[in-house]
Amino acid sequence: MSIEIDGKKIDRRGALECMVWAGAGVLWTLDGGVPTSKLLPVGGAAQAAEKAQKGFSFLQISDSHIGFNKPANPNPLGTLQEAIDKVNSLPEKPAFMIHTGDITHLSKPEQFDDAEKAIGEAKLDVHYVPGEHDVIDEQNGQAYLERFGKGAKGAGWRSFDAGGAHFIGLVNVVNLKSGGLGFLGDEQLAWLADDLKGKSASTPIIVFAHIPLWAVYPEWGWGTDDSAKALALLKRFGSVTVLNGHIHQLMQKVEGNVAFHTAMSTAFPQPAPGTAPSPGPMLVAADKLRSVLGVTRVEYWPGKAALAITDSSLASS
Amino acid sequence: MQKLNPARRARGWRESGVALLSAACLATLSASPLAAAEAEVNIDNFAFAPAELTVKVGATVTFRNRDDIPHSVVSSNQSFHSSALDTDETFSFAFEKPGTYEYFCGLHPKMTGKIIVAP
Repeated sequence: MSIEIDGKKIDRRGALECMVWAGAGVLWTLDGGVPTSKLLPVGGAAQAAEKAQKGFSFLQISDSHIGFNKPANPNPLGTLQEAIDKVNSLPEKPAFMIHTGDITHLSKPEQFDDAEKAIGEAKLDVHYVPGEHDVIDEQNGQAYLERFGKGAKGAGWRSFDAGGAHFIGLVNVVNLKSGGLGFLGDEQLAWLADDLKGKSASTPIIVFAHIPLWAVYPEWGWGTDDSAKALALLKRFGSVTVLNGHIHQLMQKVEGNVAFHTAMSTAFPQPAPGTAPSPGPMLVAADKLRSVLGVTRVEYWPGKAALAITDSSLASS
Repeated sequence: MQKLNPARRARGWRESGVALLSAACLATLSASPLAAAEAEVNIDNFAFAPAELTVKVGATVTFRNRDDIPHSVVSSNQSFHSSALDTDETFSFAFEKPGTYEYFCGLHPKMTGKIIVAP
């Protein structure tokens, strides 16, 4: 491989040295979710540095529950469309979107169809992981895998690289054990260990999964039985961000190098831990509903360990 | 099966609304002779109620989801397995062998219950 800079041809080794030396002179751009790097002309280093520091952003949406029709929100497709409108009105187009599960309410084909159509209006690549509501078809998750499982392993776990960061989508909603919480399982954990092998400790890691990977409130099943095993594998990394859904409310925690964050639903809110007899849908006044639904925008700035996470409700302008 | 007192029945039509009512109740009961062999478990607020239920062998247990969220009923030893039950949907299973059947919700496995089938 060789690259031409200012009319001078340099080989791969030279290019890498140059990248190391120039640092911020490498501009990462994302094209359809696939990152490509470009070496910028040396003369424009200052401008390049400014551009490169802009980083990139992606969107998280969660718990759209298409097919739900109870009083807590009789029209979740409408609020999903509002969320997508919000994504489309962002001044800066996000690189891609992740969906942290419970796309549908009952895993029915027409529910998947409606969700895909509405989400497709964002015209972004979407990386999905399933929620427990997406794997209750008669074939235990086949309907989900047929749609979103391309390139995924097992029940739908996957990883990809974007903008210099490594993204890992985990599945903790299948083969659940009696009395237990979310569950990753040994097969997935072995895959994760292998996936992380050889990755530099300075690679920013972004993990996304439906059920929180920390014990938010085990009494309501809000946690993952074997998440400690996954977190142990991530321990050596300097920057780990864990994005979850499932609990339909914002919650965050920082533990060492790991920042945990849960997103709002686009369908209906759920009560704060322990404040209701059960975690079922929470009924709020119709004019308050949009203030408890929303989307999450995550910004990654090269060289900064912590990612900037901004949640905005459907009620905010 | 309890029988109506013939003397009371004779008086019934004319003077006793109560007798009429009990006759109607008995008629309902006799129309479903398996009443004692049927039982129901409700799902409310992410819990099975009663969480532990004893029935006679051959009894049919119907699980009814009364939550706004789907649940399922999955036997821990794989002897039965419902599909996801949406609000007000039911799943019935006839317990033909004595024993203890532990089960949980496949979506929310914190929810557990037990059916004891007596010989």
